[in-house]
Amino acid sequence: MGKSNMPSSTQAIYLGLKRAGIDFAASVPCVNLQELLALIGNDPEIIHLPATREEEGVGICAGAWMGGKRPALLMQNSGLGNCANALASLDMLYGIPLLMIISHRGGIGEPIVAQVPMGRLTVPLLDAMGISHFQPQPEQAEETVAQAWSCAAADGRPVAVLLDLQFWRGK
Amino acid sequence: MKRIEVIALAAESAQAQGALLISNIGYPSRELFSVRDRPENFYMLGSMGLASSIGLGLALARPERKVMVLDGDGSVLMNLGTLATIAHHAPRNYQLVILDNCCYGSTGSQSTCTALGTDLYALAKAAGIEQAVLVDRVEEIALALAGDCTAIVAKVEVGNATVPIISFSPEEILERFSRCARSFLSSGKSRS
Repeated sequence: MGKSNMPSSTQAIYLGLKRAGIDFAASVPCVNLQELLALIGNDPEIIHLPATREEEGVGICAGAWMGGKRPALLMQNSGLGNCANALASLDMLYGIPLLMIISHRGGIGEPIVAQVPMGRLTVPLLDAMGISHFQPQPEQAEETVAQAWSCAAADGRPVAVLLDLQFWRGK
Repeated sequence: MKRIEVIALAAESAQAQGALLISNIGYPSRELFSVRDRPENFYMLGSMGLASSIGLGLALARPERKVMVLDGDGSVLMNLGTLATIAHHAPRNYQLVILDNCCYGSTGSQSTCTALGTDLYALAKAAGIEQAVLVDRVEEIALALAGDCTAIVAKVEVGNATVPIISFSPEEILERFSRCARSFLSSGKSRS
């Protein structure tokens, strides 16, 4: 549990999405995103579309942005690899903004060995693609999420907010 | 039927209905550009497989506008999950047109599995798309395009038309398309 006067990790991200004006979300679940996905699913101001694969979510979010929405894609970092071509040859090619909220598995405390390789590759992959990434503590997460969307919208690019296992301890 | 003939019909129907039109990567976008360029056309230049997904996000964002998607058999096979998502989440203003020429037409016409019998119409139905039709005659296609079928699978011949490269930059394609997509006044008849 987080400190009683602080929002939980989940709430901090949700409040950041609201502050950014996010009104459209596509998602592929991670266990650490389950409470956030429930909040978004119950928010009448956010259209939420569960996707079958993360790359599909990139396409859905791009279309929503063309129609005037502010889109976010919620996923696990394992799905980032599934998105690489779409992020490059759709979002980056045309100049389409996207806020990616990524549960970053495979770091310290990870119980599932299969998460480790992609966990290590996540930041290098984002760096190689020239995608800005933010790794907030829960205390700054609301502001960071809002800021990340502002960067995406100003530059017409995807940006990533990475939330590791430590981040979710106060969910 | 040649693919470019079906694309011309779809473009004409889109214009008549004031619809936004998402077009698949490669020759289909070039053929659309050559037969009827409109700012309401989004020419997809990369991200193979995602035409149907882009159209879905757009249709949800703009429920008062008809959104049509020109997709291909190779592209749909690359993103088969899209059929399940469309089946359960596509709004009524969404229409997917799969132009099935049984091959990867823009890369040398290598066969796809539809050449061996994979049935995209049956896959669409099995995914849960109730309003799906399979068409192979011009009159049937024109009728389906004007209606509210969620998915139209059109069997077309192998082969690309001799058409020019799209003369707009990606930024220009997006800028003019987004302006139309966000406009509250459609250029033609809007759909209720």
